Amino acid sequence: MNKKQKKMLMRILAAAVLLIALHFLPVTGILRFLCYLVPYFIAGYDILLKAGKGIKNRQVFDENFLMAVATAGAIAIALYEQSGDYTEAIAVMLFYQVGELFQSYAVGKSRRNISELMDIRPDYANIEQEGNLEKVDPDEVEIGSIIVVQPGEKVPIDGVIVEGSSTLNTSALTGESLPRDAKAGDEIVSGCINMTGVLKIQTTKEFGESTVSKILDLVENASSRKSKSEDFISKFARIYTPAVCASALALAVLPPLVRMFAFGLPAGWEDWIYRALTFLVISCPCALVISIPLSFFAGIGGASKEGVLVKGSNYLETLSQTKIVVFDKTGTLTQGVFEVNGIHHNEMEEEKLLEYAALAESASSHPISKSIQKAYGKELDRSRVSQIQEISGNGVTAVVDGRTVAAGNDKLMDHLGIPYKSCRSAGTIIHMAVGGHYAGHIVISDLVKPHSKDAVAALKAAGVKKTVMLTGDGRKVGEQVAASLGLDEVYSELLPDGKVEKVEEMLRQKSEKAKLAFVGDGINDAPVLRRADIGIAMGAMGSDAAIEAADVVLMDDDPLQIAKAIKISRKCLGIVYQNIVFAIGIKLICLLLGALGIANMWLAIFADVGVMIIAVLNAIRALFVKNL
Amino acid sequence: MKKTYKIDVDCANCANKMEHAAKNTAGVKDATVNFMTLKMIVEFEEGQEPKAVMQDVLKNCKKVESDCEIFF
Repeated sequence: MNKKQKKMLMRILAAAVLLIALHFLPVTGILRFLCYLVPYFIAGYDILLKAGKGIKNRQVFDENFLMAVATAGAIAIALYEQSGDYTEAIAVMLFYQVGELFQSYAVGKSRRNISELMDIRPDYANIEQEGNLEKVDPDEVEIGSIIVVQPGEKVPIDGVIVEGSSTLNTSALTGESLPRDAKAGDEIVSGCINMTGVLKIQTTKEFGESTVSKILDLVENASSRKSKSEDFISKFARIYTPAVCASALALAVLPPLVRMFAFGLPAGWEDWIYRALTFLVISCPCALVISIPLSFFAGIGGASKEGVLVKGSNYLETLSQTKIVVFDKTGTLTQGVFEVNGIHHNEMEEEKLLEYAALAESASSHPISKSIQKAYGKELDRSRVSQIQEISGNGVTAVVDGRTVAAGNDKLMDHLGIPYKSCRSAGTIIHMAVGGHYAGHIVISDLVKPHSKDAVAALKAAGVKKTVMLTGDGRKVGEQVAASLGLDEVYSELLPDGKVEKVEEMLRQKSEKAKLAFVGDGINDAPVLRRADIGIAMGAMGSDAAIEAADVVLMDDDPLQIAKAIKISRKCLGIVYQNIVFAIGIKLICLLLGALGIANMWLAIFADVGVMIIAVLNAIRALFVKNL
Repeated sequence: MKKTYKIDVDCANCANKMEHAAKNTAGVKDATVNFMTLKMIVEFEEGQEPKAVMQDVLKNCKKVESDCEIFF
């Protein structure tokens, strides 16, 4: 608790003790009134002062004014009726203050909790000077400097490891709890925690441009982009209070007049004025106004702990309404790494065929050649290869161990006049001819990520209606991948522009309420990320373009995180709606009961403070998203 | 031009009122108050001197919520 809160607590306790003591004090008349004024002022002097200031500044309808009128009114009635029952008014003031104190405490607490959750800000960087380590402000470290990160310390700035090897804990960045190994030559992103060895890192960015700064900036500003729910509540709050005040006034004046003139009954002014004052107690919109932004704040905080960065409350809201998810293929559902997937129609042993292919391709650095060399897996003896000829767009021919070897696509075989067998599998086909005869073909394809299939299923389970894949690859590859993952639709052979067009077409066809999310790896799909209702970039650790263009950034490149992000947003929005309905509902019921004379001021203040406390506690629930 | 200021305010509704008051200050194009992070983001109109405008913003905010502070 801070100083202000402690002072408030003391005031509340003092007023409460006095109130109880006065209950047993046998004083009557004006003396009793004066005695009771003491705890009243102790509990609520600041409210009365603020109400006065509000009137001076022509801002009449604020909660201070309402509380002041309600309690002062109740005291006045007690005085007028000579009942001597001042307890109610003071208790109302007291409970109101308890509510305010709780709110301030709870908000402060969750503010700190969530900041701690995102506490990846490094406080210093170590620079070696004359054999000693000196701690400096990371802001002052220039690009290209060598910094030292000891075990247990956070990596402060992005860079490349020049010396040492270690295990890194990236959980603050990705939510992934498995540690990663890092060695000299590896790139390293700030925000990781160095666990085992001492690392020397050459920085490649300034602190302000480093991953950790970007993430902090993004998360801290996220709740400033307000959602529709928040806008609705602030508008509602602006209308609600004056509306309740007007009804209170009507309730105080109209029924007595009607009773008097229409029915000739006694007016019963005290009764109706008391009911009107009850109205005023319920008129504070606090519960709503605090719980909605708190829910979003907690939701965004909880999500970032899981490696899902949401750039704003509004995006969290849109994400929860996602009905169509469009994926980019390469790098999102697949690893973007090519691998030999099969060898068909081979006349010689697979191993032998691969060896020929690897040797023939040994001079090439094309990803496909690399994948063949990797599949072969042994050291290549280049002296066995001669006369390598690369025929661009077709393949290579070479002489291996004295035999001519040709490795390439259909065109190369046509060119050489060698009959070949087409492949039914999807992927890139490398036909092989050895000594002028067809020797079979190698199928190379991009590997599907291990969780892609589960991810698509999880999305369906989370209520996504349609999953679509867009790819620049051939139709066969696209359809095969889509079928194996259980995707609903696939559009292949698309150029980057074509992807934007396809997404636009889908945006036109869908209904307004069903939102479309596009998931990409941030590399050359920035325009699509921007165009979709919500752009999700994956595996964005260190990729500025992706962080820039997307609305939601998944730090990990695991596609399961997409479903997780949607579930987190659903939970958060669920809590928001619960709070809206619950708080408005209870208030309306209390207003009704108050108008009928069933609810007294005690019930009103309990409803007001109770609803606020429950709504705040419910809002904090949005933080817990680990097991979704 | 956009600038971010640290603020101090006790209740969420007061923060909303501050936002409303800041938005309606001359020289301010748009303003957002983030109660959870206690920050005010003010977008100034072209050619306005932030310091001078912020004086007015603070004055207007004080009017709606006497117990608030903006640090600039």
